[in-house]
Amino acid sequence: MAPWKKLDEMSLVHKEVTRIDGALKVTGAAQYTYDIQRPGMLYGRILRSVHPHARVLSVDTSKAEALSGVRAVLGAIKDEVNFVGDDVAAVAAVSEEIAQEALRLIEVQYEVLPFTVRESEAKKEGAPQVFSGRPNNIGNHDERSEGEVEKGFAEADVIIEHTYHLNVQLHTPLEPHGCVCEWRGEDLYMWDSTQGVHSTRGGVARALEMPENQVHVITHHMGGGFGSKLSPKSYNIICARLAKKAGAPVKLMLDREEEMLAVGNRPSSWQKIKMGAKKDGTLTAFQMESFGTAGIGGGAGVPQPYIYNFPNWKVSHDDVHINAGAAAPMRAPGHPQANFAMESAMDELADKLGIDPLEFRLKNDANSTRQQEYKIGAEKFGWGNRKQSGSGTGLKVTGLGVGSGRWGGGGNNRTEAIVNIYPDGAVDVKIGTQDIGVGTWTIVAAVLAEELELELVDVKPMIGESDFPWAPASGGSTTAPSVTPTVKLAAEAAKKKLLEVVAEEYGVKPEEIRYGKKKFTIPGQGEIGWKTACAALNGKAISEKVQWAEGLSSSGTAGCQFAEVEVDTETGRVQVKRMVAVQDCGLVVNLLTARSQVNGGMIGEIGYSLFENRLLDHDTGIMPNADLENYKIPGALEMPDFDVTFYDEHERGVIGLGEPPAIPGVGAIANAVANAIGARIYELPITPDKVLMALAGRKEG
Amino acid sequence: MSEQQKPGLSRRGFLKGVGGGVVGVTVLPSLRTATARYGTSVGPGAARITLTVNGEKKMIEVDPRTTLLDALRDQLGLTGSKRVCNKGQCGACTVILNGRSVLACSMLAIDADGATVETIEGLAKGDELHPVQRAFIKDDALQCGFCTPGFIMSSVLLLRQNPSPTLDEIKYAVSGNLCRCGTYPHVFKAVDEAAKAMKKGG
Repeated sequence: MAPWKKLDEMSLVHKEVTRIDGALKVTGAAQYTYDIQRPGMLYGRILRSVHPHARVLSVDTSKAEALSGVRAVLGAIKDEVNFVGDDVAAVAAVSEEIAQEALRLIEVQYEVLPFTVRESEAKKEGAPQVFSGRPNNIGNHDERSEGEVEKGFAEADVIIEHTYHLNVQLHTPLEPHGCVCEWRGEDLYMWDSTQGVHSTRGGVARALEMPENQVHVITHHMGGGFGSKLSPKSYNIICARLAKKAGAPVKLMLDREEEMLAVGNRPSSWQKIKMGAKKDGTLTAFQMESFGTAGIGGGAGVPQPYIYNFPNWKVSHDDVHINAGAAAPMRAPGHPQANFAMESAMDELADKLGIDPLEFRLKNDANSTRQQEYKIGAEKFGWGNRKQSGSGTGLKVTGLGVGSGRWGGGGNNRTEAIVNIYPDGAVDVKIGTQDIGVGTWTIVAAVLAEELELELVDVKPMIGESDFPWAPASGGSTTAPSVTPTVKLAAEAAKKKLLEVVAEEYGVKPEEIRYGKKKFTIPGQGEIGWKTACAALNGKAISEKVQWAEGLSSSGTAGCQFAEVEVDTETGRVQVKRMVAVQDCGLVVNLLTARSQVNGGMIGEIGYSLFENRLLDHDTGIMPNADLENYKIPGALEMPDFDVTFYDEHERGVIGLGEPPAIPGVGAIANAVANAIGARIYELPITPDKVLMALAGRKEG
Repeated sequence: MSEQQKPGLSRRGFLKGVGGGVVGVTVLPSLRTATARYGTSVGPGAARITLTVNGEKKMIEVDPRTTLLDALRDQLGLTGSKRVCNKGQCGACTVILNGRSVLACSMLAIDADGATVETIEGLAKGDELHPVQRAFIKDDALQCGFCTPGFIMSSVLLLRQNPSPTLDEIKYAVSGNLCRCGTYPHVFKAVDEAAKAMKKGG
């Protein structure tokens, strides 16, 4: 196995390469799942529960079935519904309008059951039970520790204690979840807006109890997922069953409200933290009791103590169920939650100790990469201009903050790819990965062309189909480190085969042939071009299937971000003015699309820090802000200036970049706000009301 | 009173009337309204409308409940305009109608009868992309690309009305378009570069 070429020898990898699907996307020609039209296609809709918790006594679909244009109805999908938006029944009709009308004609009798939508109440004695047999609605309980925490606190000169609270964030991909299902005989073809064509194939086959080789999942272009689309959900199965029943293709795309209720979210987090340090800035102890809710799902844990060295620590966590949709992984699950609490506590401790927050981090962060990144970032950002917290005067005050993050990522050793070289010189690669918006089409093509010393236009990447060799679902920053080594190795194997065939054809040994930039130099016989060489294949294409191998990728990233905010002390509005990111991810495969990904991570952090908050009404269990106006994601007018630096560790090989930049800025922004106003806000999002309350508290206190 | 019986009201107007908080205005006084053409009531059967879409005259029959967006996507096969919120909050369905920016999800197709509509599919001239499209590719002003057609249509209209926008004017012009992947900074750069290229005649 050859290593990656030296940086200055590469022409397509570690360069700014524009997306090969760019023209399709800017002309509207790219076909997303939402855009698929099939002959005779019907439109599916799901009837959803209006109750947060109820037994479904009966579902009368007779009136819906009688409506002209309705082709299939599924009644009584579940016996019990557990949240507002849970599946009740479904229809397929010749138009969406008729399908919607049919839903209104379905008569459901519910036995309404007690419910709870506040995790702080749900875990109390006597709270309504989300699931029977789980007292106080506690799911998973976790305890971890190291050293002796009491001894650590005894050694501390300064101790702080606070509860940090983060609300539920929603993934909000612009393309909602949805699919188009078409049965061809016994085989099911499913265009799905998914982050995993293979995971979806497997999940759908299991749910429908059919052989996996009869399910074909296709995702050529998809409109974002951020973790919410890693595996199939109930809509996939409902759509497949509707299509089967109707005997026609069915398109079932969720609307925005359904998207916000039923298909995933980032869990909330409440972290009661006690933290101590010595006068010289050495951290001595960390203690946390936390809980959070993933709705009817599980997994609201946070990886504390995050980033910094604590010789003594002890944490305990409870997952608390409430009557809300199940959570799903979202860009770096658990990490931004841990980051917010830890970075907030670090700054508060630094202030109490009278140590500069950056100095405090340098002293307590053992990661050698981040040690360098802090210095690079501080220089670019102008950290030296940071003033004492709350020292600003006037209507608008500014503040600076810093935060950091880590992530694993890395390649999946089961990934496979097939590279074909055809007798006419055509080249393609088949790999069952998918492009969720990060530029996978482009890096697959670039790596293949780089290895074969061809141009981008000479190679055809084929991705986004479950009939192609296995690749992991695109989550956890694993796609690039899984896919790029595998494509490189398959290309290398195919090139080796080609050289053998050419050598035999021209009567020389393969190692005697020199190949470079589409030219084969054959001793004593001069040069031949790529097409001439491939003609030696004599009608039979080379097809090399290769599995991922160690050596071209790594796991583990470090990053830090700096933020400057401006706070209007009269309105409480926070505007992020500047953000600086310093991030490593090993060998950056595409410098252009990688920068987009880091920008995107930071913009997500702005939303989480300042705007985004899923509300649930205490009395009805409904989400009153289930749309894009009242659940606010960042827009153009909220954009600061961004500065992205990749910390060069290319020798480590390819590491994923999806999660790492979506972590550090949350704490950085919160710290910048605290630095600006001289008071800390312990709950995200930092909305104007909280800023004004904090300012009022500061004046009183 | 159902929305199709309300004379001269677009679906957006209807939403506004019932208290939905919506932004922007898409009611076009120059349009022949459904009322003028059909009297006080349209439907429940299909209504026939004529649209000039990307320079081509199209006659289609639409359910009176059908939005302009769905008519474009489902009946004319122009799926470049995206359906994201379907209530005028995200800008992904932005088209240019009689020279003005319209959210196609928030206008009934029957209210667009007789109008001239430009969609993302009509911007390129053959293989030659519009300068805004070229700049979006060059500056990577897209990631998943689902919001991209809307951003491009808003940007194209901006540059028609203001060939030399400032950064703030660019931000304002696309402030009705939402992106979740986080392409905004690259969008601003691309629109700025496209403006400069267009002034040079590029």
